[in-house]
Amino acid sequence: MRSPVTVDQARNNTVNRRTSTRLKYVDQVGDRLLLCCCALGALLAGVVLVLIAKEIFEGAQPAFAKYGLSFITSHEWAPPLEKFGGEGVIIGTLIASAMALLIGGPVAIAIGIFLALLAPTGVRNVISPLVEMLAAIPSVILGFWGLLILGPVLVSTIEPFLHDNFGFIPLFGEPQTTGASVFNAGLILTIMVIPIIASVSRDLFMAVPRELQDGASALGSTRWEVIRGGVLPTTASGMIAACLLGLGRALGGAIAVSQVIGGGTESHISLFRNGGTMASIIALQFPSAVSALHTSSLYYLAGLLLVIGVTANLLASWVGYRFGSAGGAMR
Amino acid sequence: MRFGHHDPEHEFDPTAPLLATGNLRRRHLTSRVIQGLAVAAAVAAVAVLVIVVWAVVSHGAKAISWDFITKPAPEGVGPNLVGTAVIVALATLMAMPFGVLIALFLSEYAGPRSTRPVQLILDVMNGLPSIIVAVFVFALLVANGGGQAGWKAALALAIIMVPLIARGTQEVLRLVPGHQREAADALGVARWRSVLSIILPAALPGIITATLLSVARAAGETAPVLLISSLAPGDAFSVNPLHELPNVPVRIFQLSEEANPEGFTEAWGLSLILIAIILALGLGSRALLNRSKRKMTR
Repeated sequence: MRSPVTVDQARNNTVNRRTSTRLKYVDQVGDRLLLCCCALGALLAGVVLVLIAKEIFEGAQPAFAKYGLSFITSHEWAPPLEKFGGEGVIIGTLIASAMALLIGGPVAIAIGIFLALLAPTGVRNVISPLVEMLAAIPSVILGFWGLLILGPVLVSTIEPFLHDNFGFIPLFGEPQTTGASVFNAGLILTIMVIPIIASVSRDLFMAVPRELQDGASALGSTRWEVIRGGVLPTTASGMIAACLLGLGRALGGAIAVSQVIGGGTESHISLFRNGGTMASIIALQFPSAVSALHTSSLYYLAGLLLVIGVTANLLASWVGYRFGSAGGAMR
Repeated sequence: MRFGHHDPEHEFDPTAPLLATGNLRRRHLTSRVIQGLAVAAAVAAVAVLVIVVWAVVSHGAKAISWDFITKPAPEGVGPNLVGTAVIVALATLMAMPFGVLIALFLSEYAGPRSTRPVQLILDVMNGLPSIIVAVFVFALLVANGGGQAGWKAALALAIIMVPLIARGTQEVLRLVPGHQREAADALGVARWRSVLSIILPAALPGIITATLLSVARAAGETAPVLLISSLAPGDAFSVNPLHELPNVPVRIFQLSEEANPEGFTEAWGLSLILIAIILALGLGSRALLNRSKRKMTR
C-alpha cells in the first residue's frame, strides 16, 4: 500500500532533487578533475623522457658536428689536446658488459631455476629476499668494496693465474699492480646484473603451467629434462628479455665502475689493465670537464648510452610482450 | 628429451619389456649435477651478499661512534646524513604524487590503447641509467649558470623514483578486490569518490611500501648527487635545499677516490650507516607489504 504523497513530501523531494543535481555536477567536475590529473601525470612522464633526449642530443651537437660518426671509431681521447674519440670507452663498455652478461646471465638463470622449480617454499622465501637485497646494495658501496677488497685479491690470485695459463688470448694480458681493472669492473657489474635477471627469470619460471611440468614428469623425465624440455623452451623469449634488462643495467652502471676500473680512455682489449666505460667516464670527467668540446663529447657518450639503453629496454619490453606467454612476469 | 619428436631409429615396440633403458642412471646423474649447479649459483649469490655486508660491517664498526654520527666534518658526518635526508625527503615529495597518479591512470582510467604507451614510458624511465638522468638535470638546471642545489638533486632522484612508485602502486591497485569497485558503482558512487575513498585507502599500505623501496634506492643513488650536489664541504649543518647539500653517497665516492686510510675508515662507517638504513627500509616495507597483501586477498 502506498500512502498518498503530501505537499510536504513533494517539496522535500524537489529539494532532494536539487541537492542531487548539485551533487551530480560536483561529481562530474570531480571525475573530470581526477582524470585530468592522472592523465597529466602520465603525460608529464612522457614529456620528461622527451626533454631528456632533447637536452642530451643538444649538448652533443657540437661534438657531433665536429666528429660525426667517426667519433665512435677514433681512439684518441686527450682533453688537454682537444682530441676526443670514443673507441676506447666503447670497447671498454662492450667488454665489461659482455663479461657481466656472460657470467651473470647463466648464474642468474640458474638461481631463477633453483628458486622457482627446485627450492622448497620455505627456502625460497628466505633466499629470494636475500638475492633481491643484493640489488639493494648501493653501487657506490659495491664499488668501494670492489676497489679495496676485491681488487687486491684479483691482482694477487686470479689475474696472474689466468694470465699464466691463458695469456695467449689477448683478453688476459699482463696484470697490473693496482686492483683497478676492466676485469674488476666486469665482476662488479656481474654482481649488479645477477639480482635483476634472477628475479625476472624466477617469476618467468613460476608462471610456467604446472600441468606442463607434471606432464613431462609423467612421461618419465628427470627433473632436469622437465626443465630443459618443458620450462626453458616456453620461457626462452622471457629470458632474452631478462638479459636485455640486465644489459641495460650493466651499460648504465656508472659509479661502481668508475671506482674500480681506473678511468683510462685508451683503446685496448686487455681485461687486466685500466679502462673506462661510457657511463663511468661521464661520471668521472663531467664535473671537471676542461673545455666546451670536452663537455660536448661527454654528452655524445651520454647520447650513445641513452640510445643503446633505451633500445635494450624497448627490445626487452617488446620481446616480453610479443613472444612472452609469461610476459606478465616482466612487469 | 623432446616432446612430439619422432625418431625413426627408435620405433615404438609394443613387445619390448617395460624396463628403464640403459642410460637412466646417466640421466639421473645429469639431473643431479645440474640441480647441484643451480643450488651452487644461489649459494654463490647469497655468499657474495654476506661477504660484502660483512666487509662493510667489520670495517665500518670501527668508525661508528656518537660523535661520528652527530658531529660535522673533521670528527663526524652529521651534515652528510642530514643532507641526504633532506634531498631524499624532497625527492619523495616530488615523486610520490606523480607515481600514484600515473598508477591510478593506468589502473582506473586508461583504455587498452593508452595503457601500452604509458606502460612503455614507465619501462623506459625505469631502465634509464641514473647517470643519464643526472646529466639531464645538470644540463637543464646547473650548467646554465644556476649552480648546484639540493632541490635539483632531489628532482633528479624524483625522476628515478617515479617509475618505481608507479609500478609498485599499480601492483597493489590490481589487488584491490573488484567487488569493492562494483559495489561502489552499484551504489551510484561517482568514480572519483570511489577512487579517493575506497580504492586509494585500500591500496595505501602498498603505496607506502613502494615509496619506501624507492626511498631506499634513492638514498644510495650516487650519480645525480655527484653531478648536482657535490661541492658542499660537510663541515657545517645545512638544511637549505636552495644550496648544495653535503650528502652520504658523494662523501663515500670522494673518500674512495682519495688514497687515504683514515678516509677509508670514514667511508666504511658511512657505508655501514647507509646499508643499515637501506636494509631496514627494505625489510620494513616487505613486512608491511606481506601484511597488507594478506589482508587484501583474504
